[in-house]
Amino acid sequence: MFEIFGVPSYALFGQLLLGLINGSFYALLSLGLAVIFGMLNIINFTHGAQYMMGAFVAYMLLQYLGINYWAALVIVPILVGATGIIIERLFLARLQKLDPLYGLLLTFGLALIIEGVFRNYYGSSGKPYDIPDALQGGHNLGFMFLPNYRAWVIVFSLAVCLVTWFAIERTRLGSYLRAATENPTLVRAFGIDVPRLVTLTYGFGVGLAALAGVMAAPIYNVSPQMGSDIIIVVFAVVVIGGMGSIMGAILTGFTLGIVEGFTKVFFPEASNTVIFVIMVIVLLIRPAGLFGRGI
Amino acid sequence: MANTADAAAIRLHRRTDSGLGIAAVVMVTCLVVAPFVLYPVFVMKALCFALFACAFNLLIGYVGLVSFGHALFFGWASYLAAHAAKSWGLQPELAVVIGTATAALLGFVGGAIAIRRQGIYFAMITLALAQMMYLVALRVKLTGGEDGIQDVPRGKLFGAFDLNNEMTMYAFVLVVVLAALFLIYRIINSPFGEVLKAIRENELRSISLGYRTDRYKLAAFVLSATLAGLAGSLKALVFQLASLTDVHWTMSGEVILMTLVGGLGTVFGPVAGAFIIVAMENYLAPLGQWVLVIQGAIFVACVLTFRRGIVGELASWLRVKL
Amino acid sequence: MRLIASLAFAAALMTTAAHAQTTNVKVGVLTDMSSLYADDTGPGSVAAAKMAVADFNPAAHNMKVDIIVADHQNKPDIGSSIARQWFDTQNVDAIVDVPNSAVALAVSDVAREKNKALLVSGAAISDLTGPKCSPNTVHWTYDTWMLAHATAGALVKNGGDSWFFLTSDYAFGHALERDATAVVLANGGKVLGSVAHPLNNQDFSSFLLQAQQSKAKIIGLANAGGDTINSIKQGAEFGITAGGQHFAALLFYIGDVEALGLKVAQGLVLTETFYWDMNDATRAWTKRWQVERPGKYPNMNQAGVYAATLHYLKAVAALKSAADGKAVVDEMKKMPTDDPLFGKGIIRADGRKIHPAYLFQVKSPAESKYPGDDYILKATIPADQAFRPMKDDNCPLVTN
Repeated sequence: MFEIFGVPSYALFGQLLLGLINGSFYALLSLGLAVIFGMLNIINFTHGAQYMMGAFVAYMLLQYLGINYWAALVIVPILVGATGIIIERLFLARLQKLDPLYGLLLTFGLALIIEGVFRNYYGSSGKPYDIPDALQGGHNLGFMFLPNYRAWVIVFSLAVCLVTWFAIERTRLGSYLRAATENPTLVRAFGIDVPRLVTLTYGFGVGLAALAGVMAAPIYNVSPQMGSDIIIVVFAVVVIGGMGSIMGAILTGFTLGIVEGFTKVFFPEASNTVIFVIMVIVLLIRPAGLFGRGI
Repeated sequence: MANTADAAAIRLHRRTDSGLGIAAVVMVTCLVVAPFVLYPVFVMKALCFALFACAFNLLIGYVGLVSFGHALFFGWASYLAAHAAKSWGLQPELAVVIGTATAALLGFVGGAIAIRRQGIYFAMITLALAQMMYLVALRVKLTGGEDGIQDVPRGKLFGAFDLNNEMTMYAFVLVVVLAALFLIYRIINSPFGEVLKAIRENELRSISLGYRTDRYKLAAFVLSATLAGLAGSLKALVFQLASLTDVHWTMSGEVILMTLVGGLGTVFGPVAGAFIIVAMENYLAPLGQWVLVIQGAIFVACVLTFRRGIVGELASWLRVKL
Repeated sequence: MRLIASLAFAAALMTTAAHAQTTNVKVGVLTDMSSLYADDTGPGSVAAAKMAVADFNPAAHNMKVDIIVADHQNKPDIGSSIARQWFDTQNVDAIVDVPNSAVALAVSDVAREKNKALLVSGAAISDLTGPKCSPNTVHWTYDTWMLAHATAGALVKNGGDSWFFLTSDYAFGHALERDATAVVLANGGKVLGSVAHPLNNQDFSSFLLQAQQSKAKIIGLANAGGDTINSIKQGAEFGITAGGQHFAALLFYIGDVEALGLKVAQGLVLTETFYWDMNDATRAWTKRWQVERPGKYPNMNQAGVYAATLHYLKAVAALKSAADGKAVVDEMKKMPTDDPLFGKGIIRADGRKIHPAYLFQVKSPAESKYPGDDYILKATIPADQAFRPMKDDNCPLVTN
């Protein structure tokens, strides 16, 4: 084994790989935020709570109905996405003409409600969710022992991100979406139902958060505060990347996960603050974010 | 016609002033009587939060900036005040000054970074900065991490008045908070305050009128952070403890809720909101986590139907300024 | 006229006398009802406190005893403000349990200031009877010194001579790491490193990776409850136990064993001062406790809440008043203790309750014959050796 800056390479690679796993979640969540922001022009503070709901619904499906992980990957985003659609119709649709800050406050309130309800019934310690049988065990990569499940998380989330990017940037539906973001009135004139497009977009973004939640359940346990822990980091990721581009959100998410892993090796004390420090630096140099269109 | 309009304007102005005056007298009277009727520690806690909410309101109500990270100033000020009183053995008034100065400094640095963006970005940046400092508080020795700084001595005010007496402590908190509220009122109605309101209404126009709006915004941010820090420092002395709760993002959320419930941009709204929310947390504590749900529900209700808050609605009903 | 007046006076005297004989006592159970320690204390501690009141039989002593409960959420500020409010406005005379060392230290300050009694069962930090000792506090069940000497001492003597600590980043974790490090070094072992993790942490992977790369034979877990369960579970996922390293769960309860399952937990060495399956008295008590907590097994914290509350009430009965917390605690120290769970014992001047400690090993699934049959008794550490000698306390109460 060779050394890098006095650190054994296996230590470095191990932490980088773990960072990549965290990065997968940052990417999925900031992607969802970016999609919602593009269409509704609000920052969805409930995103973390919806990620947590994803994990909890998967846990409940397994616990009470015996529905396994693989089925949950499909069912949970649909169920939680449906609750998102209800939220959009009931609340967010009424705020369209107001300052977007009200949307932030409203979704913050919703996040408190959801977290409070789950805390009340499940306490604040994590509930275990077992790794599916097919992904038990792991491989010795020489520099570290990589559990199969964590490898799956990296590959699968990358795939989901790329499919989403393709759907928005390269398909007809995606082009409607982007057009409606730019000029809703004009798009409506072409006979496209913009409010419905908005509702479905929100449901889709929420579904992405729920999907991330299902994937997180076997790694982080299922706990009511898992969403609020991660969402603030994701906000920083979003500020760094800028809200302008889908690909920007994905890239920033993965990259910052890796940077975090890197910091764990060299400056462990700073590992959980490094993303915020980067945010400050980016704001000082390029206030609009790395991929952002200036505001 | 012109005359009647003028007369109406004057009447309204008089009414406005008398509304504020009456409300101030009622508030002060209630606060003087309160510790004899209610549990003094509870009233002191509510007073600290009233000041915190008013400081926050200075930013959201008069400059239109929503900070989602005000716990940063409140919490870190309380850490430094507690540290100064406990480890350096300073007198309480000096501990409060040190806590407040810490908040001013943090407000300057944080503000300089955050005002580079507007609107929701500003909210997200302040939230992220506060979370960063929360994580720092979790790790550094000075704050004691999860343990907090415990057993902070209240000491003797100016070396003469023993603050371990609950009523003396109360008098100290009341005087400081009322003085700070009066200061906020004066700031809002000064020429400086008028510029802030102009920025809230139309920033581009203010710039074209030759105002360096960034400087005004930063000054308002620092003022707001400083006063939030004053509130945090007092709280550390009242509870003889500084802890992570005060720097956590839920605290930032709570102060927004207080201001929103009371009424954004009203003089007395944040005070009323603080008393309501603190009382609610106190009396509903047996409900456990449902308190969080109730807070969330109030948020949603305020945003959807009740955007002027209690005092704002009351003021428009009475047609006075409150 | 005079006769009537004196009769009325006598009657009044009698009523006040009868009134004075009923002593009202209020005991507050301040515990973790919702978070990572809730399964190891929480509702089980409340059930135990209620059993203590029932077994004491207040009516027979002309006493009325009330129990109230609150959740401190593992936050020192919430714990100390509940304690303050209980003492100031609810007439609470004593607080019991208080798992989480940071909260226990904060509440100890408040109890001392208000001159009430604090009976600690769930918190571990040995400073409660050391530098931070208080005339108003009794530390009943166990402490970090005891855990370190019993568990770490046994492991080092069996060849586990290089250690890496995974430490919960607050008062308790650091105290446990400190006490265990001293034991490892004193027995000729060495400590290769340590890493602190936040309380109620969910993902231990990067900490475990550091532990793995330290190549230490023993990974000492200076954490508790849900944190310990997650460390061990994720350690298995990352192939740590398969790679030849061993976990030392310095604080581990029977509920944690049940949560992990014997398959994962088997072979772990741990120390408790109580085991439900120890003798007929403990089994009978457990049966009654399980009426409130079906399917669970009581641990030493919950047994400690029962025994401490019972002994406290006996002391109040002897004094006929609970008003002066320090006086009641002094009385508790004067009376020898005797209860079905810990047997006979004493409370030292520093507030430390003295009883034997037991070193257990977790059974394999094959060895377990019935539900809850989880431990093999490996050694009994006699009462006079189980806890830190008073001369090493640095407790101001003792030196003065």
